[in-house]
Amino acid sequence: MSATEYPGAAACPGCLIAPTIARRAVEDAAADGQEIQLSLPTIHCAGCISTVENGLLNLAGVQDVRVNLTRKRATVRAAQGIEVEQIVAAVAALGYEAQPLDSATLSAGESDRAARDLAMRLGVAGFAMMNVMLLSVAVWSGATDATRDLFHWLSAAIALPTIAFSARPFFSNAFAALRVGRLNMDVPISLAVLLASGMSLFETAVHGEHAYFDAALSLTFFLLAGRYLDQRMRSVARSAAAELAAMEAPIALRLTDNGAETVRLAEVAVGDTLLVQPGAKVPVDGKVATGTSEMNRAFLTGETDPVVVGPGDEVRAGEVNLTGALHMTVTAVGADTLLHALADLVSVAEEAKSRYNSLADRAARIYAPAVHLLALAAFVLWLWVTGGDVRFALNIGVAVLIITCPCALGLAVPAVSTVASGKLFRAGILVKHSSALERLAEVDEVVFDKTGTLTLGTPKLTNADAVDDQTLAVAVALAQNSGHPRSKAILAAASGRALPQVALTDVTEHPGFGVEARWNGSVVRLGRGEWLGVDDGGTAIRIGADQAVLLQFVDSQRQGAQTLIDSLKARGLPVSLLSGDTETAVGTLAANLGITDWTAGMFPQDKIDILQAKARAGRKVLMVGDGLNDLGALSVAHVSIAPASAIEATRVGADMVLVSPDLSKIDTAIGLARSARRRILENFAVAAIYNAIAVPLAFIGLATPLAAAIAMSSSSIVVSLNALRTR
Amino acid sequence: MDVLAFLIPVSLGLGALGLGAFFWTMKSRQYEDPDGDAARILRTDYDDQPKS
Repeated sequence: MSATEYPGAAACPGCLIAPTIARRAVEDAAADGQEIQLSLPTIHCAGCISTVENGLLNLAGVQDVRVNLTRKRATVRAAQGIEVEQIVAAVAALGYEAQPLDSATLSAGESDRAARDLAMRLGVAGFAMMNVMLLSVAVWSGATDATRDLFHWLSAAIALPTIAFSARPFFSNAFAALRVGRLNMDVPISLAVLLASGMSLFETAVHGEHAYFDAALSLTFFLLAGRYLDQRMRSVARSAAAELAAMEAPIALRLTDNGAETVRLAEVAVGDTLLVQPGAKVPVDGKVATGTSEMNRAFLTGETDPVVVGPGDEVRAGEVNLTGALHMTVTAVGADTLLHALADLVSVAEEAKSRYNSLADRAARIYAPAVHLLALAAFVLWLWVTGGDVRFALNIGVAVLIITCPCALGLAVPAVSTVASGKLFRAGILVKHSSALERLAEVDEVVFDKTGTLTLGTPKLTNADAVDDQTLAVAVALAQNSGHPRSKAILAAASGRALPQVALTDVTEHPGFGVEARWNGSVVRLGRGEWLGVDDGGTAIRIGADQAVLLQFVDSQRQGAQTLIDSLKARGLPVSLLSGDTETAVGTLAANLGITDWTAGMFPQDKIDILQAKARAGRKVLMVGDGLNDLGALSVAHVSIAPASAIEATRVGADMVLVSPDLSKIDTAIGLARSARRRILENFAVAAIYNAIAVPLAFIGLATPLAAAIAMSSSSIVVSLNALRTR
Repeated sequence: MDVLAFLIPVSLGLGALGLGAFFWTMKSRQYEDPDGDAARILRTDYDDQPKS
């Protein structure tokens, strides 16, 4: 499509310097118009494509539009000066939801190329396998002498170049493993393919009866199919995760002498002054220079209640500014930020997770040496029986190697994982880590964070019924002038009630305190308790000199939270709640949801300690959390899930991301993971049974190329069909 | 069996043709948006903006 989405060879080592390259690509593209990427989550049909493409093309300045229905994205080429917001508004006018994506974050390049490379090798292997099979059928049906030799030579001419090309991933992996003195699954595969083709070539040359070219090719084909499925599954999850990250463009508003300008985060330097508008996230760590406001620190500490900040107070990247505009001085960027320090924690945990022994690894560790020993034993045994007939003994040895080669085993895990990940993807869960599904199946305890995980982090007014109509009407009128989440909660709670009309004058917002106005000659205030002369820290409203009325809020529950807790209990998994919020807030929620094991006022380190203690006790804990304060705990847990609303660092650290708003999908995921694990074990059993029958036959020299071809294909098909039963 | 002299090159040639077509589809990135392409072919309006 374009130079930006598929950067050329320069982007190959891109993982390290991707941001720089991607930014340069964006700037290059900007020279003759710009490229805008949009996420269109609601498009689904041919009509949608036409509507969006034709609709946007009618917009002045838009040069080209291409909708990708598979990825639910649109790439728009527009002239300089067209704002992303204009295009989003245009798509919204056409009736579709659109979200701008940061094209610098979306560099699909590497994994995309790897998948294409594997697909190419797979296609070539498939073509060659079919042709050689056809030629082999003639040989099996009784071709003799010159005809057989001709067909063998033709097979060789097709098979040898194909093997050199298609089986290269196996050869290079096997070589890498052997060089450090280890055995992996690729070693017996490579050995079998190489020996089979080498021996077949020799047999062909000496006018022999059996050639195994078809076996060598179908081995390559089936195993490549497994690799390809594996690669595709991971790249789908990775690209979806990248899309989540691309929705938050890393930009900041920098104040210069000419006013505010939008700059990329990478360009922000220590000492710069940034403008943080109400409703925006703080982009980097810093200190407040001027202005007062309230910050939502739920991500950092788990507290639902906003914190007041004024000049001189520290603010951290990720906090959300609620009421007043702030000017902040940058004190740390890049590697010095708190976020970055936490990222180190994640990388340590990643390393621990890569040491996790997956079922496939364990199977390979038993399998690889066994295959070699069996083949060697067959060779030596027949050498001894026949009194030194090397050719005959080698024939048997190769037949054993081909028969035992982990064809079904190579498909057993990827086929199941692909089916399971695909089902989870449709349910709204991204599996990011390759062994996450297996680890999820082993879970025997679940730990939740509260704010942002079990709750949405948005307040709900609970005592609206206890407030009289007049007072509530004033509160609503005041709340309309504020963007604070609690103001919105008051509006939401009052929307169903018939309230008298209230006309306010002189409305002023006091950032960090509340809203003040004049009504019927008296001062009315809605805001923090202290500001209104109430000791309680909550929110209150006061009319004139009357007694202030306290308004009580609770954090609203996330959809499906109750269902999830109930079904986890039904599965017999102990559930606990660790939160940084206050005792009352946590206690109320725990009582509502029926969680008996809960702790409030936790610091990030406390959460880590508890999870480490559980791990030492042999518990396999699933941790679900969204905040920075959970990041440590998420990385020590056996497996972790973060909701898509979590900040990027947490999403990156978690093994899975819950994209669906419905929390109960986590239970679906556990069920699916367990089912997938059962299918994998069944597939191993199929492979074992197949070997138990085939190996003795090969050992006594009954395995002809025809028998090998039938056995290999049938076991692969049985394994793939079994994978489809995952639900 | 002289017919083999024709049949074998013909069958291999046909196979190679298929392989060539496969290479072409990979090169021209036709596996990028399978859902979209399946939907596009059913549209009634003429595609003024074919993929370059």
